[in-house]
Amino acid sequence: MEKATYKKPKSLAEKEFSYCPGCHHGIIHRLVAEVIDELEIQGKTLMVAPVGCSVFAYEFFDVDGTVAPHGRAPAVATGMKRAMPERMVFTYQGDGDLAAIGTAEIIHAANRGEKITTIFVNNAIYGMTGGQMAPTTLLGMKTTTSPYGRKAETEGFPIHVSELLKETAGIVYLERVSVSSPQEVIKAKAAIKKAFIAQKKGLGFSLVEVLSTCPTNWGLDPVESINWLNENMKKEYPIGVFVDKVGDIK
Amino acid sequence: MAERIMVKGNEAMAEAAVRAGCRLYFGYPITPQSEFTEYMARRMPEVDGVFLQSESEVAAVNMVYGAACTGHRVMTSTSSPGFSLMQEGVSYIAGAMLPAVFVNVVRGGPGLGDIQPAQSDYFQSTKGGGHGDYHLIVLAPGSIQEAVDLMETAFRLADNYRVPVMMLADGMLGQMMEPVVFPEYVKLDGINDHSSWALRGTDGREPHKVTSFDIDPVRLEEMNTETHKVYEEIRSKEIRFETHDLEDADYILVGYGTMGRILGSVVKMARKQGIKVGLFRPISLWPFPYDELKKAAKGKRFCTVVEMSTGQMVEDVRLSVEGALPVHFYGRTGGMVPTPDEVFKELVRLIG
Amino acid sequence: MSKNFVKIDEERCKGCGLCINFCPKKVLSFSDKFNSKGYRPAQQHDLENCIGCGFCYMMCPDAAITVFKETAEV
Ligand SMILES: Cc1ncc(C[n+]2csc(CCOP(=O)(O)OP(=O)(O)O)c2C)c(N)n1
Ligand code: SF4
Ligand code: SF4
Ligand code: SF4
Ligand SMILES: [Mg+2]
Repeated sequence: MEKATYKKPKSLAEKEFSYCPGCHHGIIHRLVAEVIDELEIQGKTLMVAPVGCSVFAYEFFDVDGTVAPHGRAPAVATGMKRAMPERMVFTYQGDGDLAAIGTAEIIHAANRGEKITTIFVNNAIYGMTGGQMAPTTLLGMKTTTSPYGRKAETEGFPIHVSELLKETAGIVYLERVSVSSPQEVIKAKAAIKKAFIAQKKGLGFSLVEVLSTCPTNWGLDPVESINWLNENMKKEYPIGVFVDKVGDIK
Repeated sequence: MAERIMVKGNEAMAEAAVRAGCRLYFGYPITPQSEFTEYMARRMPEVDGVFLQSESEVAAVNMVYGAACTGHRVMTSTSSPGFSLMQEGVSYIAGAMLPAVFVNVVRGGPGLGDIQPAQSDYFQSTKGGGHGDYHLIVLAPGSIQEAVDLMETAFRLADNYRVPVMMLADGMLGQMMEPVVFPEYVKLDGINDHSSWALRGTDGREPHKVTSFDIDPVRLEEMNTETHKVYEEIRSKEIRFETHDLEDADYILVGYGTMGRILGSVVKMARKQGIKVGLFRPISLWPFPYDELKKAAKGKRFCTVVEMSTGQMVEDVRLSVEGALPVHFYGRTGGMVPTPDEVFKELVRLIG
Repeated sequence: MSKNFVKIDEERCKGCGLCINFCPKKVLSFSDKFNSKGYRPAQQHDLENCIGCGFCYMMCPDAAITVFKETAEV
C-alpha cells in the first residue's frame, strides 16, 4: 500500500506562488505551512506579510492575514498579538524589509520579548524592486545600485541581523538556517517549529533567519544559485543557533 | 447625577476613550499631549487594557493597524511631528478600511516648531496627509467637555464606517483644565462586531484577508470606488457644526476648536457694542459643512475666518460661499493665540 | 512499477530543476511538454527506482510534488 508521505501542507492555499522558478521563498513558505499543520494551529494563526517579493504571502497561506507597510510587520504583529494574546502571530520578512527600513521595529519587538515569531528571509538583495543593494549584500557583490560591487568605504558592511539580535534579552529562540539541500531543509523546518513552539509556550520573541536564493537578480540558474549561496553567503552568515531558551521539545 | 470634576484636557480625552470601550492604546510621548500617554499607562492596567509605549510614532501607528485588523477599539494620540510620522500607517489603515481613532494635539510647526497650541495641521488632517485617495473623519472639539462627548462618537463612526477618525485638538485644549462630566462606560455588545472581516483566526471558517493592496488595477479601482462610496455616505450624514447669533447677523466669524470658542467671546463683545456678528463653528472638519456654511452666509456682508495658522480652513470657507461674499482671514502662528480683543479690533477695522 | 513514486502537479511546476538536481536516484527529468505558463515541468521518467526519500518534495519551491511511499500500514 503506498501512501502520500510528502504532500502539500493543508495550510498552504491552492493559489500558485508568484515567485520565480527556483526561488527559495517557496520552500520556506512550505516549511512554515508544515509547521502550522503539525502544531495544529491553522485556525488560530494570524500572519503579517511584508513588502517585498513575499508581499503576496498573505494569499499563500490559508490563515487570516494582512500586509504591513514596508518594514513594519513586527509592529503590526505586536498590535495583533496584544489585541489577541491567545492567537499565534507571525511575520514573514525579507532582508530589505527587516534589516534596512524595518530595523527599529524588529529590534524593539525582539527586545520587548513580543510573543510573536518572525521568519526572516535573507537573500542579500532587494528582490522585488529589481535587484538593488540590501544591507545584507556581500562586499564586492554587484547589484543594480552597487554596479561596481559593494564597497565598505561607501556602502558599509553586510549587516548581521542574528548576531545583532542575539544580545537582545527578549529573544527566546534565534537560529540561522539554510534550505540549500534536503538535509538543511529538515533542519530549517525544525528551527521554524521550535520558534513557533516558543511562541505557543508564551516564552517571548522568536526568529529564524533563512539564507535564501534570488536566482533572478543574482543572474544565476536555481542550482548555480544554491552553489553561490553555499560558497559565499554561508561564509558571511554562518549557520547556527544563536539563542535557545526553549529547551528540549518532544 | 454625574459629578463635575476638574481635569486636564489630555487626561479627560484619555478617560473618555477608556469609557468608550477602548482597551488598546499604543503611543509615543510628545508635548503637548504626553499626559494622554501617561494617563493611559496608569489607566489601561486598571481596566485590563493594553498600554504600550512604542519605539516611535511609526511603530505606534502600525501597532494600531495590527490591533485594528482584529476589529477591537484601538487608538493612539500624538502631536504634530508625531502625526507626520504616522502618515504612512494612516494611509494603510484608510486603504485597508480599518476602524481606529487618532488624537492630534496640535502644536506649532513646521518642522520641530514649538510646543504651543496651533491649528496648522488642518491641511494634513483634512486633505490627506499620507499618499492615496483617502479621508479621515476629522472632529474638532471646542471645549474639553465637547472632546469628552465626541470621543465615543469618534469610535462609533470608526466602527460604523470602518474608517480612521481623527480628533483634532490644539495644544490649548490638551493643556487647560476645565470641569467635566464624564459619560457612563459604553457597553460594546454588538456595536463593533467585526466578525465578518476581522482577523481573529479562522477556527474553521474561510480565511480573512485585510490589506490596502491589489496588484490588479481593475480591482484596486473597485476597492477605491467602494471606499469612495463610504466617504459619500459620510459626507451626507456626518456633518457637524454649531452656530451662534447668526439669524440677524451682518457679519460671520468662522473658527474651529478653541478658536471657535474665543470667537464666541468676540461675538459677545461685538453684540454689546451693537455690532451684529454671528459665529459659525465647524465641528466636523471632514466632512466640511460646505452647504451649511453657504446657507448661513447668505445675505451677510462678509465673513472672517480666524485660525491659529497662516490660513488653512479659510480655503474651505471660500469654497463654501462660492464668492457670494468677501472672506477675510486673521491668523496668528507659532503658538500665538489670538485674543478676543485682538480679533474684535480686526473686525472693527474690516467693518471700517 | 516500484511502490514508491512521485506525482508532479504540472501546472504548479515552474521547471526550476531543483528536484531533478537533488534526486539521489536520478529518476526525474524535464518533460518535453510545456505547461500553460510556458515552463517545462519535471517528470518521473524512471518508474522503477524511486525510493520515496522525499528529497524532491523538500527542495521543490512550488509545492508541486507529492511523494507516495510504500508503507507497512494497510
Ligand atoms: C516605503 C516604501 N519604500 C520602498 C518601497 C519599495 N520596495 C518594495 S519591496 C522593496 C525591497 C524588498 O526587498 P526585501 O525585503 O529584501 O525582499 P525580497 O523581495 O528580496 O524578498 C522595496 C525597497 C516600498 N514598497 N515602500
Ligand atoms: S526576484 Fe528573487 S526573491 Fe523575488 S521571487 Fe524572484 S527569485 Fe525570488
Ligand atoms: S522521492 Fe527521492 S528518489 Fe523518489 S523522485 Fe523524489 S527524490 Fe527521487
Ligand atoms: S522542484 Fe518543483 S517546481 Fe522545480 S522542477 Fe521540480 S517539481 Fe517543478
Ligand atoms: Mg531580499
